Amino acid sequence: MLEVRGITKRFGGLTAVNGAGLTVPEGRIVSLIGPNGAGKTTLFATIAGFLKPDGGSVMFKGSDITALAPHAICRRGLVRTFQVVQPFANLTVRENIAVGAHARLASRRQALDRAAEVAERVGMMRQIDQPAADLTVAGRKRLELARALATGPSLLLLDEVMAGLNATEVEDIVRVVRGIRESGVTILLIEHVMQAVMSLSDHTYVLNNGAIIADGPPRAMAEDPRVIEAYLGHGASERLAAGGKRA
Amino acid sequence: MDACANLTGHGCGIILASIINGTMTGAVYALVALGLTLIYGVLHIINFAHGTLLMLAMYGVFFLNQIVGVDPYMAMPVILVAAFLFGYGLQRYVIGKTSHGRDEITLLVTLGVSIVIENLALFFFTANERNIRVPYELAGIDLGVTYLLVTQMAAFGAALLITATLWMFMSASDTGRAIRAVAKERQGARLVGINVEHIFALSFGIGTACVGAAAALLAPRFAISPRIGYTFVLIAFTVVVLGGMGSFVGALVGGFIIGIAESVGGLFLGESLGQITISLIFILILLLRPSGLFGEKLR
Amino acid sequence: MRAGQRTAVALGALAAMLAMPLVVTSGFWMDFLILTLFVGVLGQGWNILGGYGGQLSFGHAVFFGTGAYVQAILQTQYGWNPWLAITPAVLAGVLVGAFIGYLSFRYGLRGSYFALITLAFAEAFRVLATSIEITEGGQGIYLRLNRDPDQAITMLQFASGVGYYYMILALTVVALLVAWWIEHSRFGAQLMAVRENEDAAEALGIDAFAVKMRAICISAALTASAGVFYVQKFLLMDPFIAFGPGKSVEALVAPIIGGMGTIFGPLLGSIVLHGVGELTKALTAAAGIDHPGLDLVIYGILLVLMLAFLPSGLMGLLRRRARPARSAEHA
Repeated sequence: MLEVRGITKRFGGLTAVNGAGLTVPEGRIVSLIGPNGAGKTTLFATIAGFLKPDGGSVMFKGSDITALAPHAICRRGLVRTFQVVQPFANLTVRENIAVGAHARLASRRQALDRAAEVAERVGMMRQIDQPAADLTVAGRKRLELARALATGPSLLLLDEVMAGLNATEVEDIVRVVRGIRESGVTILLIEHVMQAVMSLSDHTYVLNNGAIIADGPPRAMAEDPRVIEAYLGHGASERLAAGGKRA
Repeated sequence: MDACANLTGHGCGIILASIINGTMTGAVYALVALGLTLIYGVLHIINFAHGTLLMLAMYGVFFLNQIVGVDPYMAMPVILVAAFLFGYGLQRYVIGKTSHGRDEITLLVTLGVSIVIENLALFFFTANERNIRVPYELAGIDLGVTYLLVTQMAAFGAALLITATLWMFMSASDTGRAIRAVAKERQGARLVGINVEHIFALSFGIGTACVGAAAALLAPRFAISPRIGYTFVLIAFTVVVLGGMGSFVGALVGGFIIGIAESVGGLFLGESLGQITISLIFILILLLRPSGLFGEKLR
Repeated sequence: MRAGQRTAVALGALAAMLAMPLVVTSGFWMDFLILTLFVGVLGQGWNILGGYGGQLSFGHAVFFGTGAYVQAILQTQYGWNPWLAITPAVLAGVLVGAFIGYLSFRYGLRGSYFALITLAFAEAFRVLATSIEITEGGQGIYLRLNRDPDQAITMLQFASGVGYYYMILALTVVALLVAWWIEHSRFGAQLMAVRENEDAAEALGIDAFAVKMRAICISAALTASAGVFYVQKFLLMDPFIAFGPGKSVEALVAPIIGGMGTIFGPLLGSIVLHGVGELTKALTAAAGIDHPGLDLVIYGILLVLMLAFLPSGLMGLLRRRARPARSAEHA
């Protein structure tokens, strides 16, 4: 469904993403992990059209979307959420979600009805008439997800929708995300909460210094020495292995 | 007919004269813009009331001249101090108290302030144009291509002198360093114990003092009326945007460019249409290079 | 209130407004009503772009003046009937809006920079109108007075205020309907989304550029139609009235005081402004002072106070009071 090839993105002299590529097959949940500053969000922004890459291409459902604007990409069915949540603060939850629903629905009434359905699905019925500004962090994360979902996407790009949530809230969202996949939506997610990565994803890519250094099933990735080194620094995997033997 | 005339329809002498005149005025524009750019650089406020404050200061010069009989140039120290205090108070007790959030809301607040001041001026001073008569009004030197007035030269010289003084103050004095610290890193400055609110008001005061000085330099040559504030604020905005918001060098260079552009534009497009040069420069700079000639990256 | 109730109240208010000339017979109060509605329309024009769209313009006079000048020029220079002039006049305003919008939004101007560029355009237009022949330069254009009662409707000139009252009332209804439509349409939802957060709006499939372009065109159309009305009412137009800061300021002060991004905010703001303005004038006149300016001083003070203490305007205040009732309804 999504084929990202050789994406490179530079900011001035700094190369944030360096020839990164990944594939997301239809109906799967694929995750993208990596240490802070690895370039995950930049890669997401480039896929979704917010940044123009300096090299590489993005193919979505068989067509090239590399040069398209974000709104055009959204209309083709690829939607991203933001790591730093961006609610429409002065609008209510219902109105926020309806903005997403309007991507497919012209009628105001239908969009508002659809907003209520989506709110139900992500468990926001109780806050539906609250201004988005009044929501808690967890609420805002859900809203971010709900709005994106309301656009009727075939591929969702979720950028750390679980960061900052407590264990119960994470479990809730994991259930919601799984439900979304079951309804036929493909998902690519960036996540630091490893528990969620393990339980949700079918396949994991590891990004470090702007390049994909490994990919495979999530459990294998967690034990991969290259991945451990990326997270903990050079020599870490040997030290861990040595420690492991001793134990 | 000379080379310039073949190219442009105007003789070299006239063009040169127009450039010289523009340079003289440009120095004063630079001084006005310096105040605006200082306020922007430190507080990140685009002060719409800047022109109105200039107008007010010019009335100050006018009344000192009419009532006390003080020469406009001699009035400068008084006006300068008064403008500083007024600006300090305005920021500390009005603008600083009311502006929160988006920068365009602060712009609206300063617009409100300018409406109040302009119409108070209209109410108390009426719309009549006032002129200050000075004995040396027509004194000057003949440069051949143009006749340069003493008032023009005095404005030019004094504007440059004040700019240089302000420059030294900003780079060498403790207060200047504190102001630059706040401009660069607000939170950090707060943490090391600088009273940021005080520095804000101080910067606003110094910015207003710049228009106070400019008022004394402009008063002998420009008719004073409540509406001139609007004209000057547009010029000052253009200079500042051209030079780069917050840039001292930019304000100086921008002032000269705009002074010359206005004067030369008037020559080629006529007195009336010539004024459009400034608006057009303003629009083009905003579109093509909103960070200006010397500005750092915006937003 | 339910939708049916709301419609009933709206129709009742409209009937009351239609019957107003039966009650208000004094020329002074008629003029007061006319000017209040006029600024309400002007403010609604600004509100579409500034209130709903978050693009604060400091130079809305550019649309007002364009509409007004085209309306005046087509009649005086080309002998057009005023009715025929309306469409080109409004379209000219839209064209100028599209031009300014295209440049500003294409080049990504936001916030204060957008405010400044609109100001610069208004000023450029003012200088242009002062300098070129077709606008008759600085002295302005005067329309031929025609007080023949038989031609009042065809020539859009009325001997008494009543005709102008109905004219501006019609425009007011149009302006309110446009705002109502904004609040109840996909376009409006997208416009408010762009105001709140442009990146998030783009991510949700909204072409922010296109939405802002539509908004500035609608806004310009309404504002230009206010210009058309002004010319028919006062039969004159000069560069300062057309493009000077006065109309730009009125256009933004009314909605800010009444409540940006609300249907009735601009009208409410205009009522308050003119009420306070007339009161000031009456008081100063009673005190034997006949200098102008004090009413505008109060506008300025109100503007600063509202921004400081009530950024959501008077409508925000009303809504805050209404909110407990609303949440009770849902409970």
